Amino acid sequence: MKLGDLTELAARNLRESVLRNSLTTLGISVGVASLVALLSLGVGLQQLVDRSVARAGLFDTISVRSRQSTPFGQPGGGGRNPRGTADSVPPRPLDDAARKEIVALPNVLEVNPEVRFTAEARREPISQLVMVAGMAQSSQSSGTLDGLSGHFFSGADAQEAILQGDVAKRLVDVGQAPGSLLGQQITLRFAQRQMLPPPSQQASTDAPNQAVGPDEEAMGFSIVPSERKFLVVGVTPTSDSGGGQVGFNNAGIYLPLTVAENLQVVQQGDLRDVARAAPGQGTRYAALNIRATSPTAVAGIEASVAHMGFAAFSLIDVARNLRTFFAIFDMFLGIFGSLALAVASLGIINTLVMAILERRREIGVLKALGAADRDVRRLFFAEAGVMGLAGGLFGVLLGWVIGRAIQLASMIYLKRQGVTPPNIWSVPWWLVLGAIVFAVVVSLVSGIYPASRAARLDPVEALRYE
Amino acid sequence: MNVTETAATLNGFAVRAQRVSRSYKMGEAVIRAVDEISLDVGTGEFLALLGASGSGKSTLLNLMAGLDRPSSGSILAMGRDLAAMSSEDLATHRNRTIGIVFQSFQLLPRMTLEENVELPLRLAEVPRSERPARVQEVIERVGLGARSRHRPTELSGGEQQRGAIARALVNQPKILLADEPTGNLDSKTGEEIMSLIAQINRPASGPGRTIVMVTHERALAERYADRIVTLSDGAISREERLR
Repeated sequence: MKLGDLTELAARNLRESVLRNSLTTLGISVGVASLVALLSLGVGLQQLVDRSVARAGLFDTISVRSRQSTPFGQPGGGGRNPRGTADSVPPRPLDDAARKEIVALPNVLEVNPEVRFTAEARREPISQLVMVAGMAQSSQSSGTLDGLSGHFFSGADAQEAILQGDVAKRLVDVGQAPGSLLGQQITLRFAQRQMLPPPSQQASTDAPNQAVGPDEEAMGFSIVPSERKFLVVGVTPTSDSGGGQVGFNNAGIYLPLTVAENLQVVQQGDLRDVARAAPGQGTRYAALNIRATSPTAVAGIEASVAHMGFAAFSLIDVARNLRTFFAIFDMFLGIFGSLALAVASLGIINTLVMAILERRREIGVLKALGAADRDVRRLFFAEAGVMGLAGGLFGVLLGWVIGRAIQLASMIYLKRQGVTPPNIWSVPWWLVLGAIVFAVVVSLVSGIYPASRAARLDPVEALRYE
Repeated sequence: MNVTETAATLNGFAVRAQRVSRSYKMGEAVIRAVDEISLDVGTGEFLALLGASGSGKSTLLNLMAGLDRPSSGSILAMGRDLAAMSSEDLATHRNRTIGIVFQSFQLLPRMTLEENVELPLRLAEVPRSERPARVQEVIERVGLGARSRHRPTELSGGEQQRGAIARALVNQPKILLADEPTGNLDSKTGEEIMSLIAQINRPASGPGRTIVMVTHERALAERYADRIVTLSDGAISREERLR
């Protein structure tokens, strides 16, 4: 019998015992729904963690430092690579030449110098010591600043600042929202390098000089306090509302990277570099942050950078463990969800075995008219499959509704606790498709026994059955 | 030219049973429902199998239909040995070579008459486009043209049996097997069904069909059949050629 005829006959048979078949199908739906609801929450939680980790640049960022930076005698000193590789490669300075080499590596999206320093942020009469970091223009699109109030820097050299919500909270007057800082000026006071003036020339504090040039090294520099005003253009969500940053580049105040570099703030490695005789080529960097094209490329880049003689560090192992954890978590959710489906499969077996008893004569007639065992088996299979498909489709819908309800309930609960509720629920297309396919497969497997029993029926016996 | 002569000129047998037995086990006892029967049915012949209940006539018919397999011996239908066929081939035999009519009609109650008649075409994988015409033609032929959309429960006994005959004929089988086709009908309707079967055996135009009919109504058999074979205790007890 052709598939079209088979499906038609199966659908007709299912319509005839509509109540019983609907209840069986509903059983499958409940099974699929529990599977979808549980897994959608599991997937949602995983995506929530993925998002916050990705936002912090944990998955696609590699921090590169010179192995010369850590002196012997200090814990971890002597330039051991965190991954313990490429120790045989001699350490080299992290300079422009090295930066160019790193940029040329495959799968490297961008390489930015890390500029971080401590400063005093002041908004009369309040002042607060805060970590300041330079932020690359690309951070605008990388999701780092999800939930930002205000806007991103208007340009690479704009004298603007983005404040972390917690810092903003400390700088506003009592009773004011952190967002009220938007459009206001804050003053940053920091330690600035001033080149020792050559005999004929006065160093200009405003000169857009890069961190530590070779000439400076030759001459040295003095450190003076300096102040600069910045316009607050953005405030990130506060940490207690689910925002806040936990990445490589975590800081209280962000400035455009170029602006931060040009401030000529004393960096951690500066004093060391003055002490060292061997100069690098062009600018020397305390650290570089590499952004990879994808998290999968991180390990490769990390190895290449280590081979070049630098200390490279990423949290890819942490990420891997996190994924393993969620895989196991989802598996358990899936197992619990499947239990209901397993019970539903017993319902299918029961319904089809009942159908064999009821339709004994019909099976006999079909065989007398020329139906082969295979036709009868496929007919029962088709009925199981149709129930599975219908149950799967309806179950996905039901699961979606249940998941939505759980999400809504958790949102209300979290809001009452004073926390901005994150989205912990997601129904990806593979889950929808997988659940439907799973329901059909479970139904077909459940149909094996009834179908082969129906196929084996002796037609003479079956025709005699009243 | 009578039918036997026709059969002779066609030089063949539609069905040939050779020392066929069919036995069942009932506890310790072995019951021989059919006991070494040898019987030839000529092509185009109308054979009536007569006998009391339990004489083995229905079992013999089931063996010819390929619904059952002999315990020993062989049954050839249109030259092919049913005992040696796979169950798939037997299904094809039931679908294409023979048509079966039962005493209790056996129309599927959930389908309309035309859907019932269409079933063998579905099983034979006849293209959908060809089916309506073939179904309609055969329904017209049994005189139920106006009833094709009715369900079996909306038809009288006679109409149901006509419908069953239409279903048996729709795949144009060479052999029609009928198991007490008038058993559930009053005598007038029974007569009508018998004359329909006779027409199928000897149509006004076109080729006829071989018919093997199980009955216990001797009068009907004598009126329509070419030959009557009487069975008792699973063996042939009498054979009468009428035409």
